[in-house]
Amino acid sequence: MADEIEPASRSNSSLPARVKFDLDYAPALESTSIVSIADEYGLFIGGQFVEPESGEKFTTVSPSTEKALSQISSASAVDVDRAVKAARRAHTKVWGPMSGRDRAKYLFRIARQLQERAREFAVLETIDGGKPIRESRDVDVPLAAAHFFYHAGWADKLEYAFPDRRIAPKGVVGQIIPWNFPLLMLAWKVAPALATGNTVVLKPAETTSLTALLFAQLLQDVDLPPGVVNIVTGAGATGSALVDHGDLDKLAFTGSTSVGKQIQRSASARGVPLTLELGGKAAHIVFEDAAIDQAVEGVINGIYFNQGHVCCAGSRLLVQESIAESFVDRLKNRLSTVRVGDPLDKNTDVGAINSAEQLGRITELVAAGVAEGAELYQPQCSLPDRGYWFRPTIFTNVQQSHRIAREEIFGPVLSVLTFRTPEEAVAKANDTQYGLSAGIWTEKGSKILWMADQLDAGVIWANTFNQFDAASPFGGYKESGFGREGGLQGLAPYVSLSSPRGVA
Amino acid sequence: MAERLDVQKTYKLFIGGAFPRSESGRTFAVLGPDGSLIANVAAASRKDLRDAVVAARAAQPGWAGRTAYNRGQILYRVAEVMEGRRTQFADELRRCGVEARAAKQEVERAIDRWVWYAGWCDKFHHIAGTVNSVAGPYFNFTTPEPTGVVGIVAPGTPGLLGLVSRLAPALVSGNTTIVLTGEASPFTAVSMSEVVATSDVPGGVVNILTGATHDLLPWLLGHRDVNAVDLTGAPPDLQASVIAEAADNVKRLIRGEPDDQSPYVIADFCEMKTVWHPIGQ
Repeated sequence: MADEIEPASRSNSSLPARVKFDLDYAPALESTSIVSIADEYGLFIGGQFVEPESGEKFTTVSPSTEKALSQISSASAVDVDRAVKAARRAHTKVWGPMSGRDRAKYLFRIARQLQERAREFAVLETIDGGKPIRESRDVDVPLAAAHFFYHAGWADKLEYAFPDRRIAPKGVVGQIIPWNFPLLMLAWKVAPALATGNTVVLKPAETTSLTALLFAQLLQDVDLPPGVVNIVTGAGATGSALVDHGDLDKLAFTGSTSVGKQIQRSASARGVPLTLELGGKAAHIVFEDAAIDQAVEGVINGIYFNQGHVCCAGSRLLVQESIAESFVDRLKNRLSTVRVGDPLDKNTDVGAINSAEQLGRITELVAAGVAEGAELYQPQCSLPDRGYWFRPTIFTNVQQSHRIAREEIFGPVLSVLTFRTPEEAVAKANDTQYGLSAGIWTEKGSKILWMADQLDAGVIWANTFNQFDAASPFGGYKESGFGREGGLQGLAPYVSLSSPRGVA
Repeated sequence: MAERLDVQKTYKLFIGGAFPRSESGRTFAVLGPDGSLIANVAAASRKDLRDAVVAARAAQPGWAGRTAYNRGQILYRVAEVMEGRRTQFADELRRCGVEARAAKQEVERAIDRWVWYAGWCDKFHHIAGTVNSVAGPYFNFTTPEPTGVVGIVAPGTPGLLGLVSRLAPALVSGNTTIVLTGEASPFTAVSMSEVVATSDVPGGVVNILTGATHDLLPWLLGHRDVNAVDLTGAPPDLQASVIAEAADNVKRLIRGEPDDQSPYVIADFCEMKTVWHPIGQ
């Protein structure tokens, strides 16, 4: 093991030079023939696809080609109201009274259908959102199916999740999800809500509606009773109409901290129960006694996975000063073999930025990093001519006060800072408004547990990063939100608990 | 022999383990049924509130850093010290209009509630935490941690039992607290401060502010260094715009029952932390 530890004295010149290997793999394009995208889609309300009241539609494009894919309906407040009414009816008449055993069976059906049609969902997710097919195929879709499978089993066992309580569903739940993991975030929202007996009105993100609409078709195929899940597509105005609707029993939102605060203002003032999964600026902490090769892989995966469009991305590398120089060298070396390009190519590591708007935000923050004096490194990989792209980026010489060390970039941009002692690492890691996730790399067990205790973060990965599982609760401290998704703790936001003896 | 003249008590705030008057110099009068003055009680100002937040923040890592066993013993000590003052607490409730029998019962239940929650300190992790069976070679567990600095709006009724029912569960996991007790039951609130101050609870862990809740609550909800606010005792006419202030730092808002005892209440004052580590050779 000792051989894996990079001595500080070892000069950089003894590292493998950034040799130009021939890494031009032959293209391995995933066929898109399995997917058929309609010219236009309606809203999914009461088990049917219906036209929006205004007739208004917007174009959704593929971020890797900029080609128009389809016309998506824009739901107004009137449409949202229809959806909430459908959900209310379904809750009162069908889903609320249904036994947990039968709810479980519907959820198992959904999980199975997702597995059966996994390839179709994966390809569509990649076309619509720009993420590498390797990730939608191996991460997004299998985890989404697993989430339904896991929660299916809870539906008839809730009395074991909440002993000594009378358990009731909240009722009708409004859910708003982001564009970075469209189907997976849908699963994180819908599965626990249905398992606990709620009905749902879900709004997908404006740029990534297609897998949600395919999911709606799947719900028809499994004969889910009409109105149990309703999907209203649209932009921010649709989201606002949902948040402001007066007949919701709970709201759940995943997205940016600024929008999350607006939603909290509205919901908490009306006393509507709320869970928020918001932004992050995770510290990824590498000690000198880490398994360095594994840590390099972990840091690369931590920030470039899904183009860095990950709320828990390891966007701040805190590396111990004694190994900082050689570690950054290894990162740069590793970056030269990261393949950026067509997300449908099975060799691709980093796909397209999700939208022109997001590309603009990343570009602006990277420019701020340069202007504030940080040192920029980007590998000179070639990028496709069309679509939205950003080179994987490493900033060194970053100060704690720099915008790139404080603000969520939500792109493939790593800010490197250094520390000397574990105490300093903790102080720097916790010096942020966020508290979603953190990473620790050291071979010393007691240090892992001490660090894990000290860090203000809801998810802590030690000697690994970006692991997700339906059985593992996910969610933040501080301004990264409240409430958990997944696991036993993820059920709580969707139930109302009371004492079986009445108030004590 | 001449009748002994009473020594009258000054009812002050409890901040950082000390008993200051309000920096504002303000008090509010508590009158008896016949309209005569019983006492002038300190009316906390927003500056007092901010001082209390500073004290609570400073005390938080130390309190959370105690072993659960130690926190349990300290909370049990609160009950012990309170037990010796049963008559005093009951008298004070009666002065605020509670009938004698009900007052005695409320004090006993409040003491028993401290005992009940004291015992949870080293046990609620068994209930709220989990080891999670993830689909891969990882050890994965979730453990509750204190949310941090918590503001508590104590219910006006029951005056003593409501205060204890909201304060004790917040302390179990290692939160530090700023409690607004309003104007309804100030005597038991101040006596509770005295019990806390003499029970090995470190200074700053519990801060108790008497005074008009509607004056203080906007500043509590808007304070950026408060992590959560328990609104169980908040006035029903609390303005939406005031509650909205809590969103500025994504405060957790808790709404519970004024007379509840349950490990679920402890969890309401907690964050869940999940840790992953690979399993391998």
